[in-house]
Amino acid sequence: MSGGSRAETSAGGTGQARNAPPVRPAWRLALARVDALLGRHQSITIVLGLAIVAALLPQIVLLPPFNGFGTQKDFIGGFADAGVFVLLAIGLNVVVGFAGLLDLGYAAFFAIGAYTYAYGASPFSGLDIPFWPMLLVGAIVASMFGVLLGAPTLRLRGDYLAIVTLGFGEIVPVVFLNSDKYTNGTNGIVGLSQPSLYGLFGISGFGFTNPWPYFVTVVAIIAVAFIFLYRLQDSRIGRAWVAIREDELAAASMGINTVTTKLLAFSIGASTSGLAGVFYASKLSIVSPDQFGFTVSFTALAMVVLGGMGNIWGVAAGAFVVYEIQSQGLKQLGSFVQSLNVPTFALGPLSVNLGSINFINFQYLLYGLALVAMMLLRPEGLFPSRRRRSELHETPDEAAESNEELVQA
Amino acid sequence: MSAAATPVARRRPRVGRLNNLLVIVLVLIAAYVIIAIPSGDQAQQQFVNAVTIGAIYALIALGYTMVYGIIELINFAHGEIFMCGSFVSWWLLTTLGFSGAISDPILLIGVLILAFAVSMVVMGIVGVVIERLAYRRLRNAPRLAPLITAIGVSFILQNIVFVVVSNSIVTTPQIIPNTQLALGPISINLINLFVIVLAVGLMVALQLFIGRTRLGRAMRSTAIDRDAAQLMGVDINTTIALTFFIGSALAGAAGVVQGLYFGITVFNIGFQAGLKAFTAAVLGGIGNTTGAALGGFVIGFLEVISSVWGQGRWSEAVVFGMLVLVLVFRPTGILGQQLADRA
Repeated sequence: MSGGSRAETSAGGTGQARNAPPVRPAWRLALARVDALLGRHQSITIVLGLAIVAALLPQIVLLPPFNGFGTQKDFIGGFADAGVFVLLAIGLNVVVGFAGLLDLGYAAFFAIGAYTYAYGASPFSGLDIPFWPMLLVGAIVASMFGVLLGAPTLRLRGDYLAIVTLGFGEIVPVVFLNSDKYTNGTNGIVGLSQPSLYGLFGISGFGFTNPWPYFVTVVAIIAVAFIFLYRLQDSRIGRAWVAIREDELAAASMGINTVTTKLLAFSIGASTSGLAGVFYASKLSIVSPDQFGFTVSFTALAMVVLGGMGNIWGVAAGAFVVYEIQSQGLKQLGSFVQSLNVPTFALGPLSVNLGSINFINFQYLLYGLALVAMMLLRPEGLFPSRRRRSELHETPDEAAESNEELVQA
Repeated sequence: MSAAATPVARRRPRVGRLNNLLVIVLVLIAAYVIIAIPSGDQAQQQFVNAVTIGAIYALIALGYTMVYGIIELINFAHGEIFMCGSFVSWWLLTTLGFSGAISDPILLIGVLILAFAVSMVVMGIVGVVIERLAYRRLRNAPRLAPLITAIGVSFILQNIVFVVVSNSIVTTPQIIPNTQLALGPISINLINLFVIVLAVGLMVALQLFIGRTRLGRAMRSTAIDRDAAQLMGVDINTTIALTFFIGSALAGAAGVVQGLYFGITVFNIGFQAGLKAFTAAVLGGIGNTTGAALGGFVIGFLEVISSVWGQGRWSEAVVFGMLVLVLVFRPTGILGQQLADRA
């Protein structure tokens, strides 16, 4: 990302110098300098960016119309849950967006992370391992399952992988549901320990009544994941993923071990999902098989596709927006329509009462429509990564550029 | 065409596929006589159940395998077509005022023909429309795009039914009377016999269509090499649309059977059934229509065996475990892929 932006600014500069004297206002120079500085210190940029977002969000919900929808505390709890989906989406983005593998059983790793925490810290298992090391354990266990599933199947063609992961995503909840002895079956495992900071920083504790520590924690986890994934994306491995996505045969002939590289994408995606699972389990304090069905995988996929495959910030934004629409937007739309008191339409035997429609039921219909529409109309997503956009709109862009050059010459 | 080309074409065993299908049927009958009959009534009943369920999966698997064979797309929406087909027949039969078995044989046959015709035509058209609107534009897009679109279409269909029709289990009229027939040593319920005969009949018809007709030849050549087929004057768009029509119509027929046989349907049956039918298609060798039939019967037996052993709740895990094993050790399936593999 940073390399790309610098290259572009310099290219623009020379272009201008050739044709006209560069007239650049001071603010643009300053902006360019800040941009270059931030580009060089990517991790600081990420932390700063997330800190700004995390500081602004709680203030925004105090403004109308959001303050009418709930208290600030409700919103903060919702944001912490949204953070779980942000984690899921940026993890899935590694698999789908970077490496171009369609993983439809992503919720399985989420479930594995959550159940790992349930084993580590609940009365059911009798253990009480603190939350912080369990984060790491959950991620490692999930990535191990990623390798276990990926090792035999990643040799297969891409679309077989999709169906195998779909099957895996179906099996894992079934296993958790049916192994009553080890997972307490359909009732799930309850009473999971909440995280604790042992009075550090004067924070007394995480609790159901106080969502703030969860919010801060999830933002911190997201920041760490962001830094990790951004650095991976710009690394040799990240470039290998893109190469495989674009042309596996060519990548293999350039000396990339495609199976290992794909496996790495798979397990890193799984580990992020495991992290999300541990956090989710600790916040909810209960895990049960029905929380991890195909709809979770599907929602995560919709988030990645909407946000823009391959763009970490875009995917995170997509996840946040989709989650808020699903948890708040549709509910508010319903009560808004109800408040309008629209009279019942009657067309012969058909009568439609808009006020009685439960918009939350339309959630997955909307996701489905969004997926199809995005693929047909804007496959690069709402916030595309620069690389993806150039791939998908190669011809018109290049044609336009060469035209410009002709005109200028 | 030229006289020289004809003998070469003749030498290839065109009816070979039909022979394979006959072999499958004969093996099933032999297994029934050798294994099921000596093991008592219970085993006979379970055997017939397995074949019946297998026939339903086979009908769905045919659509997967045909579409995959021709445009290499896992049509995730195919399971939902099956589900919609079951709702079409539910709607038709309840609108006509039926609620239970029809004893008048002529009326019964008439209603059955009507139900199958309506469901198959409606679902066939739905399949063609989906192909036209969602898949055609993505035919040359990166592989991920049509797959994601197919998932989207599947959720659209499922949730249209969920929102518009019903969000819970719907009871469908079982119009075929519950009569036990005795054919020599074979004892079989009328509904089982009907489902098996219907499924085998549809499969034979499909094999003949693909193997013996001009349009079938167009489908085969498009599957082998789309560009070459186009150069030879095959209308690719029509051929692919036809493939979708036939595949979806078969799924629609399976949907009617679901209603008649199980007496219930629900908006989310398509997902599971689709996944199992896809497993069947892969098991038999994707792109291979006889293989799909074979795979369907294997899945049917797996399911019934696991439920007989009292492990019915594990049957899904068994089927998907099977899928993973087949893909890992023999990705071309039992009978192998007959259609070209361009990946």
